[in-house]
Amino acid sequence: MSINKTNHTINNHGFVTLIWPLMGLAAILLFNLFFTPNFFHIEIKDSHLYGSLIDILNRAAPVILISIGMTLVIATAGIDISVGSVIAISGAIAASLIAKTGAPLLVVVTVPLLISMILGAWNGFLVSAIGVQPIIASLILMVAGRGIAQLITDGQIVTFENKAFEYIGNGFLFGIPFTITIIALVFGVTQTLTRKTALGLFIESVGCNPTASRFSGISVRSIKQVVYIFSGFCAGVAGLIAAANIKGADSNNAGDGLELDAILAVVIGGNSLDGGKFSLTGSLIGALIIQSLTTTILTRGVPVEVTRVVKALVVVAVFLAQSETFRNSIRAKFRRRTP
Amino acid sequence: MKRNNSMLFVLLIVSLCLILAVNVVGAPKKYVIGFSQIGAESGWRTAETESVKSTAAERGIELKFADAQQKQENQIKALRSFIAQKVDGILLAPVVESGWEEVLQEAKDAKIPVVLLDRGINVKDDSLYVCKITSDFIWEGKAAGEWLAKKMKSKANIAELQGTPGASAAIERKKGFEQAIAKFKGMKIVKSQTGNFTRAEGKQVMEAFLKADKTINAVYAHNDDMALGAIQAIEEAGKKPGKDIIIISIDGVKAAFEAMVAGKLNCTVECNPLLGPIGFDTLIGAINGKTYPKWVVQKDGVFSMETAAKVLPTRKY
Repeated sequence: MSINKTNHTINNHGFVTLIWPLMGLAAILLFNLFFTPNFFHIEIKDSHLYGSLIDILNRAAPVILISIGMTLVIATAGIDISVGSVIAISGAIAASLIAKTGAPLLVVVTVPLLISMILGAWNGFLVSAIGVQPIIASLILMVAGRGIAQLITDGQIVTFENKAFEYIGNGFLFGIPFTITIIALVFGVTQTLTRKTALGLFIESVGCNPTASRFSGISVRSIKQVVYIFSGFCAGVAGLIAAANIKGADSNNAGDGLELDAILAVVIGGNSLDGGKFSLTGSLIGALIIQSLTTTILTRGVPVEVTRVVKALVVVAVFLAQSETFRNSIRAKFRRRTP
Repeated sequence: MKRNNSMLFVLLIVSLCLILAVNVVGAPKKYVIGFSQIGAESGWRTAETESVKSTAAERGIELKFADAQQKQENQIKALRSFIAQKVDGILLAPVVESGWEEVLQEAKDAKIPVVLLDRGINVKDDSLYVCKITSDFIWEGKAAGEWLAKKMKSKANIAELQGTPGASAAIERKKGFEQAIAKFKGMKIVKSQTGNFTRAEGKQVMEAFLKADKTINAVYAHNDDMALGAIQAIEEAGKKPGKDIIIISIDGVKAAFEAMVAGKLNCTVECNPLLGPIGFDTLIGAINGKTYPKWVVQKDGVFSMETAAKVLPTRKY
């Protein structure tokens, strides 16, 4: 079974698997090019770029970040549904630190990130050391985590004014949103670490066949531990962005449901939930598809009642295009008609 | 803990004095009231809880408080324990609309009147409860529409930020607003989307609106949080919220008053959570045999930027 799976993914990998999500993204953008006026219009306002495309990149930042972490977790045949709650906790801690203690920026950034990593480590511990199923392990933190975030902020929205911290969510570096710089950094480092070192291969082998990996000398336990910690870190960064963006921590709503968007992004990107081969670029494209869709819907003013249906239809279309079986059956039908 | 203890001590003294005073005056009875609250999920609800607790303390009512943590089963348990303790009356903020018949029948059999706070329920036999005391969401929407029409001299391109789809607050606030502006031809809703009652989504939706339609000169948000998010989006687009784009929202939370003082929000229609006084008035009236209409409407106010600075210090939520 697993040998088959590996073969299958190896054959299919590289640019070929990415072509379908890419075409999905291109289709959404093309639609806007023709039917949404001003969608591609980018102007310079207050010496930074301003336009719908910039919004897409900026708004996609949290989902892209957590889907980078999620990709690695899923590659080990795991899943982390606690990221939404970790986002809320990270934001809550940062906002409370600013509002209540006036701590310096370094503390405001590092403390939430450290705690997010500890929370990730807790997930990793449950999964790798105790052997709890990943979805259950992270479900615990998903439920408890939001409660913790609400405890930190007393159930209220904690607001703050702190120019340096707000820069994380609202600032511009060389005219582009700073969030894009953050993504580029996290993405670049992760891509390098997993592709230029053996780490990526280890992660994939743990996902394909943990027993064989263990026999070939890979420490399955520590690999799993590391990916969950990394997922916690990514969620922590996303939490800082979310809080900085609205200048406040909204523990009830921050990151709510974002874990599902991240999983969707990973799957749209052509990654299998069974683990094994993974593509970070695929997940990145997946996240961009989701956000382009949202921005399109908001810009065009699709009625609220059908918004979710429209989203679902587009996602289904992308999945169908990706499915080899579906494409073959369509091809077969055409062949039958024209003998 | 220490401060808590001394606070309790002061409360004890105060209530003892009250009891004495009441006895001297010759009032017949000290009421015992049970209050089943949904939880503490928002600042609005915390304010409501505080209002009920402080009103009880002021009036020397013995309050039995139960926090249901968003679960109906906890509320039903709380109600049963109130009935077992033979309280004089019950205040209930129901978490959901259905499934209340059995426990309310038990209360009715024990002759304990139940008053509903801030939400209604669906029961066939409406004699199971005295009445519901809630704000009128349609009125709130109407008040917002009328205020905006006056402010914009009957001509505006409005962006609407709706609440969570399906929520009664969202549906009725939209309806009331539409009714109010239907009288004016120049008042048009040019964009309408849900911001799910949150700040982050209010900001994201407004960001997209501003790019799609440059003619927007007014915003109507179904709650203050979305308006506060929209204000940030407007500022980042290089416009002045409160001047270039007129903004009105609903709820009247403290942060909205602060935004009005800063000149960024034009008006908020209050949805008052301070239901303690009217709640106890009604419940104690019912205990003494008075009857009430099934819906007692909590009167809300409209606050504009000009009055905000004066009102802000008195806001409790």
